[in-house]
Amino acid sequence: MRFVLRSREPRWLAPASVGVAVLLTLLLTAGPIRMAGSAPVAAFERYVVTPLTTPNGLAEVLLAATPLLFTGLAVAIAFRVGYYNIGAEGQFLAGAMATTAVALSLPDLPTVAALPVGLVAGALGGVAWAFLPAFLRRRAGIDEVVTTLLLNPVAVLLLQGLLNGPWRNPETGFPDSERFGSGYELPSLFGTRVHAGLLLGLVLVAVIAVVLLATPLGVRLRAAGQSPSAAEFSGVPVGLLQWRSALVSGALAGLGGASQVMGVQHQLTGSLAAGYGYTGVVVATLGGLSALGVLAVALLLGDVQVGAQNASIRLQLPSQMGGVLTSVLLLTVVAALSVRHYRLVRRTPRSAEPLRAGGG
Amino acid sequence: MDFPILAVLAATLTIATPLVFGGLGALLGERTGVLNLGIEGTLYAGAFVGFLVASRTDSLAIATLAAVVAGALAGALMALLTVTLGVNQHVAGIGTTLLLVAACDFTNRLLFGGGERTVTVKFDRLFSGGGILAQYPMTFVAFLLLAPAVWWVLRSTGAGLRLTAVGENPEAADTAGISVARTRWTALVVGGALMALGGSFLTLSVLGTFTLDIVSGRGWICIALVIFGRWKVWPVVLGALLFGFFDALQLQLAITSAFGSVPNELLIALPYLVVIAALAIRGRGVRYPGSYLTPYRRA
Repeated sequence: MRFVLRSREPRWLAPASVGVAVLLTLLLTAGPIRMAGSAPVAAFERYVVTPLTTPNGLAEVLLAATPLLFTGLAVAIAFRVGYYNIGAEGQFLAGAMATTAVALSLPDLPTVAALPVGLVAGALGGVAWAFLPAFLRRRAGIDEVVTTLLLNPVAVLLLQGLLNGPWRNPETGFPDSERFGSGYELPSLFGTRVHAGLLLGLVLVAVIAVVLLATPLGVRLRAAGQSPSAAEFSGVPVGLLQWRSALVSGALAGLGGASQVMGVQHQLTGSLAAGYGYTGVVVATLGGLSALGVLAVALLLGDVQVGAQNASIRLQLPSQMGGVLTSVLLLTVVAALSVRHYRLVRRTPRSAEPLRAGGG
Repeated sequence: MDFPILAVLAATLTIATPLVFGGLGALLGERTGVLNLGIEGTLYAGAFVGFLVASRTDSLAIATLAAVVAGALAGALMALLTVTLGVNQHVAGIGTTLLLVAACDFTNRLLFGGGERTVTVKFDRLFSGGGILAQYPMTFVAFLLLAPAVWWVLRSTGAGLRLTAVGENPEAADTAGISVARTRWTALVVGGALMALGGSFLTLSVLGTFTLDIVSGRGWICIALVIFGRWKVWPVVLGALLFGFFDALQLQLAITSAFGSVPNELLIALPYLVVIAALAIRGRGVRYPGSYLTPYRRA
């Protein structure tokens, strides 16, 4: 038995592969769920369906999806041009820290000034954190994967250092910053915990979708990512596009951090280092590196995240199962989508296979 | 006040040990052309499985063996995805890390959630009172057994040459009758086992317990060390010692009164920044293995 490249691919094959991957995910995670003493079907219902059945649950899903929109877009924009920014985690935290620095030093700014200043600070914080790996890649050809990865733990340490040191809450003594001035609070939507960060994320999704799908820049970005040497040959400045995308990617992740501290926490806490950046890789990949795909997957993972909290309270199923489910889904989907390019043929003797080079 | 240089050097060797295991594990995969970003999760899984089995059996031998098996399975998962199915290596690696970390956290919560921290049996230092040589057994294994063995295998055996041939030019290796898939699978499985051994060092030798931040980026350090060492065994070991030295130095500085005002976390970040600086200097114009990041299919 061996894999042979398909010459033609039927239209139903890609969706069918995703379907198989979802089924496989349910099968693979049913074991651990049973091990934890829950019925798999009831658990899956909690994860996916239950959060969507109440208005409050829906709001929580939107709230959970908001940071993933930003980190998902950040990763998608970078991966699309072949710049493997795996540092969205650090850039997200750097954005949150930059916003906090501004909010703590200018606490009395009125809303009209505070909101844009806070968001811009976050974006710049993300850019600052993305700058070094992008610069090293552009100037010295140093692999961005390692440098962006290494800066993630550094950002977490910086966050903890600031919270244990200069930003420690003087009233409570806890390692949380003081609450921001009221001007920095992103307005809430529909009277729920959902905040204007979601709107900002949706606007970014729309803008990026249009740029990628309907502009010459979008075509060049795609060309640079899919076939760098061919793109370079036809005059696309691949290195320059990667450098700019890297910084835009950092800005998007940083905005996500700003949106999270200004919209949800209204202060900086250690709980912000919850893996939003790494999950961004999952969101971008499952979303096919497209803006609308990112939106859909961010909502799905937000749903699972809320469901996981719900299941941990109601079914005593540890909420970490949500992470297991998400990562298994990622691996099964990429595996299935990769396999669909091939078909399995029974191994035949070499002599009976004169047209092997044709591949199918 | 005189500087306790011997203590720093002893700590250097201890800190470098898991990096030697992890770095050489990563090196094996990359020499065949596969970047294993599952390393962070594999170290984590090695640490957790070692701890879990030690807490259940009170046997360090069984715990170490279990960690090795877990690491080999993690390597096999990575091989299945990247070698057999041809998935993008970055995505497969990050996905494997996320899966392993989530699975360990889930199991940890299930078995050890609530209640006080479980402490297991752990290895004792050999030659205690022997200054720099007062180290855990695995440290001697890493420097005196593993590193020379990997060096010798890569340099002087058929298996090592096949490994390099597959990494440099899989088409030529295939034509010469070497199975590209089998070679990569072997390298990833053995490499995964080594990574997990390094992870188990953290629980079974150093701490005697498991914490959620036990690995905290050491896997990424290993990946950086392999580039820093340009895919050669001894430079990777040297890089591990360099990181170990700076990490030991910051630990020492943290308890030295002159640096009392510097936040601890910034000192902990120092070795990571040193690695980035080292990469910026030594990472220019490195030549990657010929088939790096590229899945192989017969035309």
